[in-house]
This record gives sequence, C-alpha cells and structure tokens, in this order.
Amino acid sequence: MTDDVSDELDRNRRHFLTVATVVVGGAGVVAATIPFIASLKPSARAQALGAPVEVPVGNLEPGEMVRVMWRVRLVFVLRRDEEMLARLESTTALLRDPESAVAEQQPEFAVNQYRSLRPEYLVVEGSCTHLGCAPLPEFQVGPADDWYGGFFCPCHGSRFDLAGRVYKGVPAPTNLRVPPYRFIREDVIMIGSDTGTA
Amino acid sequence: MARVESELGTRRAAFMKWIDDRFPFTETMRYHITEYYASKNFNWWYIFGVLAMVVLVIQIVSGIFLTMNYKPSAEEAFASVEYIMRDVEWGWLIRYMHSTGASFFFIVVYLHMFRAMLYGSYQKPRELIWIIGMLIFFVLFAEAFAGYLLPWGQMSYWGAQVIISLFGAIPGIGETLVEWIRGDYAISDITLNRFFALHVILLPLAFIALVFLHIVALHHVGSNNPDGIDIKEHKDPDGKPLDGVAFHPYHTSKDLVGIIVFLMIFSAVIFFAPDMGGYFLEHANFEPANTMATPEHIAPVWYFTPFYAILRAVPDKLWGAVLMGAAVLLPVFLPWLDRSRVRSIRYRGWIYKLALTLFVISFVTLGWLGLQPAEGVYVLLARIFSIIYFAYFLLMPYYTTIDKTKPVPDRVVYHG
Amino acid sequence: MADAKRRLTAIVALLASGLAFGATDIELEPAGNDPDNVNSLQRGARNFMNYCAGCHSAKYVRYNTLARGLELSEDQLVQNLMFNAQKPFETIQASMRMDDAARWFGQPPPDMSLIARAKGTDYVFNFLKGFYLDPESPTGVDNRVLPGTSMPHVLWELQGFQQAIFTEDENGNPVFDRFEPATAGSMSAEEYDEFARDTGKVLQCISEPIRSTRRVLGVWVLMFLVVFWIIASMLKKQIWKDVT
Repeated sequence: MTDDVSDELDRNRRHFLTVATVVVGGAGVVAATIPFIASLKPSARAQALGAPVEVPVGNLEPGEMVRVMWRVRLVFVLRRDEEMLARLESTTALLRDPESAVAEQQPEFAVNQYRSLRPEYLVVEGSCTHLGCAPLPEFQVGPADDWYGGFFCPCHGSRFDLAGRVYKGVPAPTNLRVPPYRFIREDVIMIGSDTGTA
Repeated sequence: MARVESELGTRRAAFMKWIDDRFPFTETMRYHITEYYASKNFNWWYIFGVLAMVVLVIQIVSGIFLTMNYKPSAEEAFASVEYIMRDVEWGWLIRYMHSTGASFFFIVVYLHMFRAMLYGSYQKPRELIWIIGMLIFFVLFAEAFAGYLLPWGQMSYWGAQVIISLFGAIPGIGETLVEWIRGDYAISDITLNRFFALHVILLPLAFIALVFLHIVALHHVGSNNPDGIDIKEHKDPDGKPLDGVAFHPYHTSKDLVGIIVFLMIFSAVIFFAPDMGGYFLEHANFEPANTMATPEHIAPVWYFTPFYAILRAVPDKLWGAVLMGAAVLLPVFLPWLDRSRVRSIRYRGWIYKLALTLFVISFVTLGWLGLQPAEGVYVLLARIFSIIYFAYFLLMPYYTTIDKTKPVPDRVVYHG
Repeated sequence: MADAKRRLTAIVALLASGLAFGATDIELEPAGNDPDNVNSLQRGARNFMNYCAGCHSAKYVRYNTLARGLELSEDQLVQNLMFNAQKPFETIQASMRMDDAARWFGQPPPDMSLIARAKGTDYVFNFLKGFYLDPESPTGVDNRVLPGTSMPHVLWELQGFQQAIFTEDENGNPVFDRFEPATAGSMSAEEYDEFARDTGKVLQCISEPIRSTRRVLGVWVLMFLVVFWIIASMLKKQIWKDVT
C-alpha cells in the first residue's frame, strides 16, 4: 500500500467520522430542545383551569346577554328573541360568509343561519377575528342604514351581525368563532364540551 | 462537477469577503479557534474550563425556562417551584438540570482552580487570568447564594438568614448594612424579590462579561500546560509553536469526548439521584419557609461548607466572619505568594507537593466538617484544618523559596 | 441477645437513613419499602384517602396524576379515591377547613404533598407506628418521632393503644426502649405494619410523581451518550493520529 492510498483512506475515514459525530450530536441537541419547547405548552394547571364551564341560562331574559370566561377567553352567551332572529334574514346580502363556510370558525352543529345549536341561544367567543379585540354588543337597529344589530369592534371597526357573522368591507376576515358547547340540562350550557347534543 | 464546486467556492469567498470587510469574522475565528495553538500534551485536568462553559450554558438555558414559571414572592415561590415540578410539562427535568447544574458548577470550578494550582497556571504572565477567574468565582458564590433563596424552603430561608447576618459582624455599620441588604427587618418577600433580580439579571450579566474577559486574557497570553513550559519559545518557520496543536480540530475533538463523559455523569445524577442524598437538594428545603421555626440542623449547601467550617471554628462573631472572608480572598494573591521558579508540580520539590496535599486534605475535610454539628471534636478538627488552610497560603513565600526544584525540560513531555 | 439485635437493627437503620436524613436524632426502623409495587401503592392511596385526607391536604397533587402513578383508570379513581373532589384534575384538598383545624389543634395539619421527601418514608412509617399513651397530653397520646405532636391517634381503631417503656441513660434522661400494647386494635401488628408501610409509600409516590418516568428516560439518555461517546472517541483518535 502506498502512502497516497493510505492517506486517501484516512481522509475518507475522518470525513465519515466527522459527519457521524455531527449527525449524532445534532440529533442529541435537537432531542434536548424538545423538553424546553414542550414546557411552553399549557401546563396541567392551565388545562385544569381550561376545563369546560357551566353557564346557567334559565334566568336570561330574551334579548339579554352574559359574558363568561372559558380558557381565559371571553365568551358571549346571547338569548335572541323572535325579532332578533328575524333580523338575521335582512343581513344576509351584506355578509362575507353567511353560510358559515369557513369550517374552523364553528363546530359542525353550528353551520346554519343562526350559527347555534338552538336558534334562541347564540354562543360566540368575544374575540374579533381581525386582531383579537373584544367586540361591543350593539343590538339596536341603526343609525347606519345597513346596521341590523350585532357586535361592533371598537379597535378597527369590524362589524358582525346577531349571529356573529362578519360584514363585508371590514378588516375582520371571518365570522366570530363558536366554541364547542352543549346543553347538559334544559337551561344549562356547558362550554368547552363538544358532544353536540341539544 | 468540478466547475460547479469552484463556482460555489468563489461565491462563498465573495460572501466571506463581504462579511470580513465589515466584521473581523475570519480573523476572529483564526485567532481564537483554528489558529489558536495550545500544547498537545494537555491531560484531563484541562477539561474543566470547557466543562465550566458547558455548565454555564446549561444554567442559562434552564434558568430562562424556569423564570417563565417561577414566581418571586414569598406567598407563591414555594408553590411555583412545585408547579414547575408537577404541572409544567418537562418542568421537573428543567428544574433538576438547574439544581444539579448549580452543584456541578462548583465541582467543575473547584477542579479547574485546582488544575491551576497543580501546574502554576496563575504565575507570570497569567496573573490577570487568575484574578479575573477569582472574580468569576466570587460572582458564582453570590449567584449560588441568591439562587438558593428562591425556592423559599426552610433551608433557603434560614441559610440566607445566617449568611446575611454575617455582615452584622462589621463594627459600626453592621446592623444598618444587614437591613439594607434585606430591605426589611428580617428576610422577607422584599429580600426574595431583590435576590431574584440579582440572580437572573445583574449577576449573570457580570458573570458572562467576566468569562469573556477571562478568555480574551487567556488567548492573549496562551494556555499553560502540564509541564509549565512556554510553548511559544520553539516555533516552526511559519511561526506555529512546535509543541502546540490548533484548538480546532485537535482540542475541540478531544474536548467533545470529555464533554460527553461529563454529560453522562450529569445525566446519571439528574435521572437517578437528583437529590444526591440530600447534598444537591437538601431535604429540609422540601418544607416551605417557616419564619417561626429553624430546622434542627442547619447547614449550607456542600459547596459553601469549607468556608462555613472556618467561620464556625472561630468563637467570635467578628473574627469568624473576617477569617471566612480571608479564606475566600487569599487565593487571589497566589501569583505573588508563590515564589517558585517553576510552574508545574512535575518539577517542584517535595515541600510544595506536601503543602498542596495538605491543602487539599484540609479543604475537603473542612467541607465535611461544615456539614457536621459545631460541637466537641468537630470544632477542634475545624480549627486544626483552618490553620493548615491558612498556612498553605501565608507560608507559601517561604516554602516555595527553599523548595528544591528539578530542572525543567526544553520541550513538553508528550507520549503520542 | 434481643437487645443486641435491636441495637444492630438501629445501627443499620441509622446507616441507611442517617446519611440522607441526618437531621433527625431519633432512631428509625426501616420501612423496607419496595417502590415499584403497585398493589401496595394502591392500598396506600386508599388508606390515605380514608384516614388522612379528612384533615391533611396534598395540595400540589392532582387526582389524575395520582391515578397515573397507581395505574388506575379514571373510573376507578372516581369510585375509590375521590371523596373530596368533583373533577379528576382537581388537587387533593382536606375535607376539614384549615381555619377550623387551626382552632382545634393549635395549628393546621401540615400538607402531605412533600412530607416523604422532606422527612423520608422511614419517618412516615415510624410516625404512624409511634403513638403512645401519655396522660399529660391534651390528645391523650404523644409520638416517639415527633414529640409534642398535636395530632391525635386517629388510627387507634386499627392499631389499638400502646405504652412506651423508657429506660434511663447515665445522666438520668429518659431513653425510649420499646412499645408494649395496651389495648388491641382491629389489626394485628403485622397488618398495621403493612398499613403504615403502604401509606408511607403512597406519600413517597406523590412527593415526586415523576420518579419512575425519569429513571426510564435516564436509561435511554445514557445509552445515547454511550453511542455518541464511541463515535466521538474514534473521531478524536483519527484527528490526533498525526500528532507526534
């Protein structure tokens, strides 16, 4: 064996070992970052605090709304009267997504004109889909001639109707999000639990 | 194929030139890494500097993530640590890394300092490296002390109480000073809050700055070696020391092996014995701080105990504190206390070898004594070994002068 | 002979626990826990919920974490252990109110989340076995390992009451020698030992729920490092080949 050949072999071996060390060491470093990144996920306490919440709606008057917190997020529970439900017809032409086509914005059971399990009760997250401000309830009709009541976001002027559906021509891209919920009794809504039984 | 490669090469060179015209990247890499020559005969004593850097990184990273969940208030601190241990995903691992890292920091730093004493690394022209290193050691002390209060357990509380009270020994201003440090009439929420600020901001910044200076000074002078010989005295025609090898790839590949061995030991502790039998995590610290009851036996964490034993060996508050302070400070003066004409233990006479052996025995024994109750024979032993500890430093100018040294070879000893 | 044997046991116990829990001066009988016995853990959890959790909280422990350690399903958990809570993710709170407790006993009963880590399982074992009749105490009993405890002997129905026999040392101070049963409980001495051991074990489990996980993970980490070490050593050798 000449020196050249043995040099060549040495170089190959060294190259191979360098690559192997970098790959194995790199894998180790990546594995070591997993715990640190995973530690930022919601902790057991956050999950416990984010458990479903029960909202009694028995003494809610028609037209009345309550704000509740679920997973540190604001949720509006609005009991719509007949007249409010009727107004939902008037807005359809003004809306960006009247049929609730954007699937992530609501559970399956809320893909309907009322965006709810039962037409009477609207349950939506009070977080504007533009940049997360809390919209204000403005349930009366007017003064603008295309305003039939709904939610108005004071930050950037986004508008939503009484089913949380977004108007055309505002910054918010999609309808207000409907959280998973169900009726555990005739007059108690459980928010956060999505076996969509009425 | 060859053309593609050469084209890539040109592009890379052009990019590097763009960078180098604006930032001395290539120059810095050469100066500190690819053309930094250190002796080829480094033995395993030389791993501890690198390991100290590894532990520093572990402490900073785990510390940042602990800070995300820790609450620096007397009401919540203890509970937030348990929250990290139980509710935060992987929080236990991050916390054990940090608590184990604290102890390993001292293990590694003590061995790093001992290496300097073995091979005379503090001698001319490396006095400043040594002094900066001692400053790092003091900051590490402060950092560990402040950090130990944060879990707000019984030992956190009462340990801090005892150590801070030491400053009360200073005549005249003592009491005022102690209140100023605590910010209250006893250790309280206020103290915890400011210790947190010191632990996560001021001291780490100082630490990193000093480590930077330590390395700049080291690379300016060049590393010592187990023979204590200046390798720059024999250079090849290119100006490269004959006995030196480039930091990269030689020392980097060697250090990597050492780092992996270290990580094995470190992981073994984290995963199989995070309490380390009560030495790394003291049992009493699993009880929340109780301002009404001191634990039966109060001992600092093991890394403080040699100095704590010296403190307790003196039956006087002021002089105990003074001697403890002196014990911590004395090593700073090593470069001027040591009058030997050789650096390395290899070429020193029997007197220095005996002195260093006695010093190590006294340091370890004092560490053990600091964990024992301060009574009976333990106090006597603590006094004897304290005297040996001080004698090592104070008599050094004398015994290093009369010690018979051996001739130092011209080139380093290396068995390939 | 019996005395010598007892002394030997005491010395062994001291050696075993002395290093780790050097803080306590009282000789402890080793509990002899087998940390990986799930049956014993489950019994211990039942003991804790039935006899301890009325007064003692374990406020850092969630029921579902406990169930995972005991290898119980959520249903089993709800039916057998969850007396004071509604939801499996709740923490273990005492059923007694702490301010009431403080009024009745002088101080609130301590939280049990970390007691085994702070004091050791041998301590728990000896504490549960350590109540003896003391007519001067307001509760009628004192405890060998925690003298002056304000806790009454709530387990008397199981263990019965016992007398402590003291001898005197050379300075005339009383030194504990042994227990002698005064009244019988529903359990034999061996059954009560097992009860105390199981309870200590579950307290150890909740003091560090991650214990078994970390030991499994540690093996993998070390195996990885061994492989990495082999490759890195070969690279180091290769690179240093030309250094003479």
